[in-house]
Amino acid sequence: MTRKTISIECLRYHPGTDAAPRYQNYEVPFTDDMSVLQGLQYIKDHLDGSLTFRWSCRMAICGSCGYMVNGVPQLGCQIFLRDYYPRGVRVEPLNHFPIVRDLVIDQSDFLKKLESIKPYLIPKTDPGKGTYLQTPQQMDEYYQYSQCINCLLCYAACPQYGLNPAFTGPAALALLHRYNADSRDAGKAQRMEIVNAEDGVWGCTLVGYCSEVCPKGVDPARAINQNKINSTKDYFQNFLMPWRK
Amino acid sequence: MAQVKTYVRPMAGWWRKNPFYVWYMAREASCVFITLYALVVLTGLLRLYQGKSQFDAWRESLAGPLSIAFHSAALAFVLYHSWTWFKVMPKTLPFVRLGGRRVPDRLIVVSGVVATVLVSIALFWAVRP
Repeated sequence: MTRKTISIECLRYHPGTDAAPRYQNYEVPFTDDMSVLQGLQYIKDHLDGSLTFRWSCRMAICGSCGYMVNGVPQLGCQIFLRDYYPRGVRVEPLNHFPIVRDLVIDQSDFLKKLESIKPYLIPKTDPGKGTYLQTPQQMDEYYQYSQCINCLLCYAACPQYGLNPAFTGPAALALLHRYNADSRDAGKAQRMEIVNAEDGVWGCTLVGYCSEVCPKGVDPARAINQNKINSTKDYFQNFLMPWRK
Repeated sequence: MAQVKTYVRPMAGWWRKNPFYVWYMAREASCVFITLYALVVLTGLLRLYQGKSQFDAWRESLAGPLSIAFHSAALAFVLYHSWTWFKVMPKTLPFVRLGGRRVPDRLIVVSGVVATVLVSIALFWAVRP
């Protein structure tokens, strides 16, 4: 039996030798169970060892293998080559991020933002005083937002982030909401400054594509837009009760 | 860490590169038609205030093919605009719960659309000639 081949066109960029990115095409034999990530691994192992890309778990948990696949932000491990046959696949690094090399982007901007939202529980009382109790409904308020794997597909989907890289962006704001919405957390006041800022939730124009491409059903657009209500409430409460701060 | 040389891709023409963005831009552009239509209606109110002959002249002026083309386009944009906002309505609300269960997003969207259709029918019926 002869194996089918599919063409995988990859964006190539070498910071040492290239002034601008270029595209390189590879003909890759594939089977029906091969993901796009496996296609890239085939290229790396058999055709061109210099192709650079990130990957780790191969099962949509680690969030490392986000690429633009035919213009759509996707996890390479979650999509199959068979679905792109015979048209072929074009793989590019995630949009809106600087390219370090080939399919690898520079995530440092996101990591700074992630740190700024204080992505951890800030307890109300001394944790030594026993366990927090939480009802299933209280857990449901934040659970979906806690499923984020920091794959950055939402940032690649967000034109507002592309146009204004100062925008805090979908994943960081969704994670901010994940902690604010947690009944065990008392750090809301510390995080509201980021929510209220021009580059916080108000930088979002509800394009909504972030939620479409999210591989974990986090729905960052929802987290952001719920916080537009919270931000407005916060503004008026501070306005009417300045002593509250 | 030493500064790494990176390549930043330009954003020019971003909205033409994905159909999702084209529809988003259509939603944003719909506000132009909605504003123009609102101005037409406000002019009508002003003409009504000025008297019957002015109001009739205003109505006459709307009967031309250009005006009908504009109104058809405005209607299409208003319908699309309404649909997009009902579509994102669940995202703008805190979780709605009934009997301890979350109301599905689809139900919120459908309720909004059905309510609009019913109100529109009632309005047409109320002002029928």
